[in-house]
Amino acid sequence: MSSSFPWLTALIVVPLLGAVALWVLPAGRTRAVALGVALLELLLGVAALTAFDVADAGAVQLTEVHGWIPAFGVSYAVGVDGVGLILVLMSVLIVPLVVLAAWREQGALTVATDQLRRYLALVLLLEAFIVAVFAARDVFFFYVLFEAMLIPVYFMIGLFGGAQRRYAAVKFLLYSLTGGLIMLVAVIALYLQGPGGPQGFLTENLTGLTLDPTAEKLMFSAFFLAFAIKAPMFPVHTWLPDAAENAPAGTSTLLVGVLDKVGTFGMLTLCLPLFPNASRWAAPVVIVLAVISILYGALLAIGQKDLMRLIAYTSVSHFGFIVLGIFAFTSTSVAGSSFYMVNHGLSTAALFLIAGFLVARRGSQQIADFGGLQKVVPVIAGTFLVAGLSALSLPGLSTFVSEFLVLVGTFARHPAAAIVASLGVVLAAVYVLWTYQRMFTGPVRPELATMPDAVTREKWVVAPLLALMVVFGFVPGPALDLVRPPASVTLEQVGVQDVPAAAATEGSDQ
Amino acid sequence: MTDFVAPDVDWAALSPVVIVLIAAVLGVLVEAFVPVRARRTVQLSLALAALFGAIIAVAALWSGVEDTGGTVVLGGSLLVDGPTLVLQGTIALLALLALLIIADRTETGEDAFAPNAAAVPGSEYEELARRKGVRQTEVYPLVLFATGGMLIFPATGDLLTLFVALEVLSLPLYLLTGMARRRRLLSQEASMKYFLLGAFSSALLLFGIALVYGYSGSLRYSEIAEATQVPGGLDSLLLVGSVLILSGLLFKVGAVPFHTWTPDVYQGAPTPITGFMAACTKAAAFGALLRIVYTMLPGLAWDLGVVLWTVAILTMVVGTVAALVQTDMKRVLGYSSIAHAGFILTGIIALNQAGITAVLFYLLVYGAATIGAFGIVWLVRERSGEGPGAVLGEATHLSQWAGLGRTHPLLALTFALFLLSFAGIPLTAGFAGKFSVFSAAVEGGAWPLALIGVLASAAAVFFYVRIIVLMFFTEPAGTDEEATGTAVAAPSGDGFAAIGDTAVVVEARSTVTTTVVGTEGFAVVAIAVCAILTVVLGVFPSPVLELIDGVAAFLP
Repeated sequence: MSSSFPWLTALIVVPLLGAVALWVLPAGRTRAVALGVALLELLLGVAALTAFDVADAGAVQLTEVHGWIPAFGVSYAVGVDGVGLILVLMSVLIVPLVVLAAWREQGALTVATDQLRRYLALVLLLEAFIVAVFAARDVFFFYVLFEAMLIPVYFMIGLFGGAQRRYAAVKFLLYSLTGGLIMLVAVIALYLQGPGGPQGFLTENLTGLTLDPTAEKLMFSAFFLAFAIKAPMFPVHTWLPDAAENAPAGTSTLLVGVLDKVGTFGMLTLCLPLFPNASRWAAPVVIVLAVISILYGALLAIGQKDLMRLIAYTSVSHFGFIVLGIFAFTSTSVAGSSFYMVNHGLSTAALFLIAGFLVARRGSQQIADFGGLQKVVPVIAGTFLVAGLSALSLPGLSTFVSEFLVLVGTFARHPAAAIVASLGVVLAAVYVLWTYQRMFTGPVRPELATMPDAVTREKWVVAPLLALMVVFGFVPGPALDLVRPPASVTLEQVGVQDVPAAAATEGSDQ
Repeated sequence: MTDFVAPDVDWAALSPVVIVLIAAVLGVLVEAFVPVRARRTVQLSLALAALFGAIIAVAALWSGVEDTGGTVVLGGSLLVDGPTLVLQGTIALLALLALLIIADRTETGEDAFAPNAAAVPGSEYEELARRKGVRQTEVYPLVLFATGGMLIFPATGDLLTLFVALEVLSLPLYLLTGMARRRRLLSQEASMKYFLLGAFSSALLLFGIALVYGYSGSLRYSEIAEATQVPGGLDSLLLVGSVLILSGLLFKVGAVPFHTWTPDVYQGAPTPITGFMAACTKAAAFGALLRIVYTMLPGLAWDLGVVLWTVAILTMVVGTVAALVQTDMKRVLGYSSIAHAGFILTGIIALNQAGITAVLFYLLVYGAATIGAFGIVWLVRERSGEGPGAVLGEATHLSQWAGLGRTHPLLALTFALFLLSFAGIPLTAGFAGKFSVFSAAVEGGAWPLALIGVLASAAAVFFYVRIIVLMFFTEPAGTDEEATGTAVAAPSGDGFAAIGDTAVVVEARSTVTTTVVGTEGFAVVAIAVCAILTVVLGVFPSPVLELIDGVAAFLP
């Protein structure tokens, strides 16, 4: 295994070719080809992990740089540090599950349809963009992917979604594009502050610049707005519930579980290193917004009648935790946030996919249309409960580790914020357990009595997610090894003194 | 007494212009001497050969200009430098693509033009011409004359030549606008409007020329530029004059407040001509504007900055906002072209080297997408009943495009590609273009303009995307009443909530369905080339950008 093998490029190209193949091949082969490509991608991801030097996870590795548009200073530059790699791995893990889950979702359980073919082609296309965006080491390249990946999602919602799909797709696109375009101005402005030249957009060439304070604040705000919309944070989160409600479950999984991580990933790897002074300047406001997101998202989740909207609002709450950890500027909280991104991906994917199983069986997303299912579909009920418990960060599940790290790390610097944010944990218990109670306990409704339980295929969809959450819940060490060093590097770049949260950190490693 | 000395003409440097104009004159002779049967073949071959020849001539001149920086021809009246060649190449290429669409005929043998444009609409004489199957071929020489004028326009080195070129390019366009086969009255009205407003703007331009001549005593850009360096007492003469000259040019590019003709003319003109006009005229006029701002008026950058900034902002905002509420496809594209004029203006205002490259590149990518988009509009027709004879005019109402993505996926996908390029989505050529003008503007210190530009782009996405929603996410009209509702739902109050919620049924259209007409194939070739250009220039813009950047310097 030579170190010069372009792992990341391979990870980008394989799903792209898969998408083309699906487009060209007849519908009959769709399921095998799509699943094969997604699994190959997963293998490639694992292989890339073995090529990655974990001991040096704070450094950007597996790098490739080629000129792309020298006239603009743009390069095709990819490379990952520990955080980027773990997010890539999470993405390539979730995609095969989404592919498997899509068979029933797109009404192609027995025979592959043309609809499934087009849907899975878009999924693979999106996967290529996602891997590339997590690996991009060129600000312009990142921006291009950040915008371009909206298009497959737009079609995934608009072509395959529910009743209000047109509205949801357009709202999603307009929100994201507006944020992105404002970011574009800042991208250009940043380039002009940098060294310029044919590699002027490389992230490392733009890090550590001496910027005019006002310009830096403006550019930070533009970047942050784009990422906050993407993440999504209060008050620019309103597109997410609509999108999640109307998109097919698999699309929501990719959108919320994976794609939205680009927002927080961008804050972590672009906002902080590129604009350290402005980041420190904005941190108090961001922290307040993050705390509002946590509580507001949780409260709204409690009030939802639609299952998919509920999951979307829980994510608003969880993204609040991630942002809080990033802007608390302690190595514990930043590492916790990085790890939280992965765990939230696993947890949300599980919730959305299982909810998708239920919705496909029942034909309704209203929580009130379910009831007493625990006796009818025990496997689905059990897995939903575990996924739900991961959303409320039950100890023993991986989300607990990350949420704890975030809160402890934040407490060291902003005790008040950490205390208020921890109320979100209580609210999480309400929305998860109450939902479970309404859907799975109580008397069995006659019309639901014949609902089939999860089939083998569906068990395979959920099992890896739950297994990983439990494994990371008890042995978070390997994952934390990947995210800790980048956190220290980030703090150095921001230029703040780390506040140790020593005692607490020891405890969380168990 | 000074003897008249005939200027030494470097004919080689003029070859692109000369080839096209000679072909145009030959085209007139063809009309007179070639029998009807063979006329179209001859005209088309001649026109295609001429435009090909012009492209080859540009290519042949390229390396010379790259080395020397350019030649002054006709004693300074024409300047053959890098930007001239880039624009001439662009215009010739776009005209070639547009010509393919202009020349194409549907499976029933109809082209886009009236059998007898001089006939009174609705008269018996017209009906007779229609029944007899008369076909006109004058469009070919007219298009060539217009193209010839466009090739001269950005190369001009003095104001009088500028005016002559403007008229040479405009007069054939006025005529072509009035020649639509369908909706004759709309077409003639558009032609009249275009002519009157065009004449008015020519007058403004001419008056401005007179004032500037009065100030500087010269018509040459370079000498005027020198004169502006000298402090004098007649500044008002110069300022008023240059504002008038700019107004004349801004009219041609369709910038606010000189834009009012654009939607009407775009809608009324035969669709292939609209594409030609939108792409090529814009390239020529922006080329001339670029040269004047960069070489004649740099001394006035400070004074004229306010004017240009205001115009650019208004153009972007008005073009975008007005496009939001349109229900006719050609008008949507018309207003979008106004917004694009605003984006290009930000590149001109940048007043730097990057600005020149950016504007030249933008004109190419915008032109390619525009010709392709109007080509597709020309193919999407109304049909009443069955059979090829039942195909009517273009289905330009937005609601008629509903469900096109299901019935004609490839065509709709191509149209979506052009729309995404207009919207400036990354990996399309439109993004590369927008990026280059905005980055030039930020570099030139005009970042507020770039900011307004991106905000306008974001708003513009709404109406481009609305069309994509219609084509792909809506059932064809007639099967789904929502479809019509989506199309005519104006973004009132809660903008996008209107989508899919309001159901307004346009009943008159219930018997007319939408179809895509089969043709001889020229248009399909042109559209395919435009689509390929849009993708390739979006993903790999580098070679073309470098090519342009290598020669993007004006002769003083």
